[in-house]
Order: sequence, then structure tokens, then C-alpha cells
Amino acid sequence: MNPFLALMLRDMRLALRTGGGALMGALFFLIVVAIVPFAVGPDLALLALIGPAILWLGALLASLLALDRLFTADYEDGSLDLLMTGTLPLELAVTAKALAHWLTTGLPLVIISPLLAMLLNVESNAVGPLALTLLAGTPALTFIGLIGAALSVTLRRGGLLLAVLVLPLTVPVLIFGVTAVISAITGPVQFSPAFTILCALTLASVVIGPFAAAAALRHGLE
Amino acid sequence: MRLVAEAIACQRGGREVFTGLSFAVDKGEALLVTGRNGTGKSSLLRIIAGLVRLAGGRLSLQGGDAESNIAEQAHYVGHQDPVKGALSVAENLTFWSAYLGGKPDVRTALKAVGLDALADLPAGYLSAGQRRRLSIARLVAIKRPLWLLDEPTTALDAQAQKALAGLMKKHLRSGGLIVAASHGPIGISGVKQLRLGRA
Repeated sequence: MNPFLALMLRDMRLALRTGGGALMGALFFLIVVAIVPFAVGPDLALLALIGPAILWLGALLASLLALDRLFTADYEDGSLDLLMTGTLPLELAVTAKALAHWLTTGLPLVIISPLLAMLLNVESNAVGPLALTLLAGTPALTFIGLIGAALSVTLRRGGLLLAVLVLPLTVPVLIFGVTAVISAITGPVQFSPAFTILCALTLASVVIGPFAAAAALRHGLE
Repeated sequence: MRLVAEAIACQRGGREVFTGLSFAVDKGEALLVTGRNGTGKSSLLRIIAGLVRLAGGRLSLQGGDAESNIAEQAHYVGHQDPVKGALSVAENLTFWSAYLGGKPDVRTALKAVGLDALADLPAGYLSAGQRRRLSIARLVAIKRPLWLLDEPTTALDAQAQKALAGLMKKHLRSGGLIVAASHGPIGISGVKQLRLGRA
């Protein structure tokens, strides 16, 4: 098996077995979204209005959840040293880890998002666009988060710093993700321009993220 | 194959750990690095493994694979054992074998360190010594010419230390190189000594 695939499969297996991955992220997403109606009250019109934003915020927080352990777990048991001495370039190794993170954390959120959209009274014609924007946008959250995870790897309790570092960088993703969904419901702008920019943000972060994360790791481990 | 260090220097956190250090290790030779705490034994191994940047001097592996760097031709066994508790013993070794490249012979490697009976046990249940043996199994599973061992005998019982010494002798006979950092003897004779720091 090639090293890239081996690392990705190992990370996915670890995420699924230790329960810190797929299920936990999805449950967290569910709980965040489910308590919002209690906070804003039983106003269906209001819920429908803010629903897409709540779902995007929930997805953002849920994908942050497992990022904290992305590199620290490997740092603490010395795995990161070995990952760096492999034949696989570190940039590709962190990409493999990011893909595993997205498949076990981001993808489940996309899959359950139509269900949660119903909880928030999001219009039925917006459910498709919502899932689509999450599918296109959550990889950006993972790859931007990757940089923060790599920067905070040697810090104890780096989780908080991670959130502070990563959340501001995700603002563009949030803006265009929510704009695309809302435009699908009401207009006035069309769905595709915002969605296209969202895709562009994802592609850019997939390119920049691994290089920045690998540089941060090399520097941080010295 | 020959590992040559020419006047290498090491800095950690802005502090000079050692400077002007030169040594050479030929094939079939072992170098035992000794010295008091904080004299840079671990740092030296991490420099060779490419995990710490060289602050000065030159480090080369002559007669090795010109396509790959020293780290890719070396096994590094550090203070920690990269073992995931949620994976089984065999899965841990299979992963590292696949990641570090090469044809993994997991069963034989586990047998060599006496863990074959525990292959399907989740590695979280292993003791410290067993985790260390699992790390050592990596050296057997994948062939790499240079072994960098940082306190390899830690947590190992007498029998496992003997087994490790046997593996090291076999590695040296087949033309391998070993650089080990240790406070005590590592169980093989005829090793070169390198003493770091002022006595």
C-alpha cells in the first residue's frame, strides 16, 4: 500500500474507533443546531431566515472539534517524528491527514445537514443548495484549520489558540457559504456566483493549507 | 556505506549544545554516544534523523542511495513509542511498514521481538516494555541501513535486551550502521564510543 493511502486509512480508522471523529462531530452539530430554536423562540419565520447561518456556524464549530487532536495526538506519542522521516513529503502527509479528517468529520455533517435543515424550518427548495454549499465549503474549513492545528501542535491546551487562529480565517467561507444558500431561497443575487467563489476558496485552501501546515510543523518541532 | 559528520554544531532554543563535533561510522560499525544529561545525545540523533536543523558543519551518508536523504535511509527510535492504543499490535506495525515503505513482513518482525502471540491485541493494553518492543519490530520489518537508537533499552527486561542486542549484531553483520545514545551498555561488544560534553 502506498504511504499516502496508508496514513489516510490509519487516521480514519483511529477516528472511527476512538469515537472522537465522525459520530462526535455529527452529534455536536446536532446539539448546537437543536438548541438554537430554544434560544430564539418558536418563531418559524425567524428560524427559516437564520437557519442556513446556524447550520453553517454549527458545521464550522463541529469541524473545529476534532482539529485540536489532528497533530497533537501524533506529536505526543512520537508518531510525528516518524511521519517526518518517511519517504512521503510532509506536505502530502498532512494532506492525507486532512482528507481523513474531512471524511470522518466534514462529510458526516454534509450528510445529516438536510435532516437538521428541517429542524430549523429551512425551506425545502433550499435544502439541496445548503447540502451542496456544505459539501463544497467544509473541505476549506478542514484545510484552513490544518494550518492552525500545525501551529498549535507543541502547545499544551492549544485548542483555544487553534480556535482563535482559525475562526477569523474562515470568515470568507462562512460569508459565501451562507450567501449562496440564502440567494437560493430569496435572491436577490443568484446562487452560482457566491457558490463559485466558495469553491474557489476551497481550492485555494487545499493548495495553501498543506504547505503552510508542513512549514509550521517543521518549524514547531525543532 | 559510511556516515560522516564534519564539525557539526547544534543549537537548541538559542543555546549552543555542542559545536565542532566530528565522527565517522563505517558499515558494520556501531557508535555509542554517551555523556551527561543535556549534553546533546538526543539532539545529535535527531539531527541525523533530520528532525533538528544542523546549526553548522556537514553531515553525509557516503555510499548510500543518492536519491534519498539520510532520514529516508534511517530508522529513528526515540524516547516515545509511536503506538496507537486503538489499533491492534499488528495494525500498528503494518501501518508503519506501509508508511515507511518496503515489503512488510509483520509476522516475522513480531516474532523477532516476541510479540507474535499478542498480534491481535489492541496496543493500548501493552506495557511500556512491550510498546518499546513493538517500536523495535519496525527495525526488523523494514530494512534501512542506518539505525538511530535513543536509549533503546529503556523499559526492556533482560531477555528483551538480549534479543535487541541479537538484532543489532545481525544488523551490523549485514553491513548496517548503528548510532545509539545510552547511559549504560547496549549489549554489543566492539562499539566505538563518542563522549559528548566536558567530563
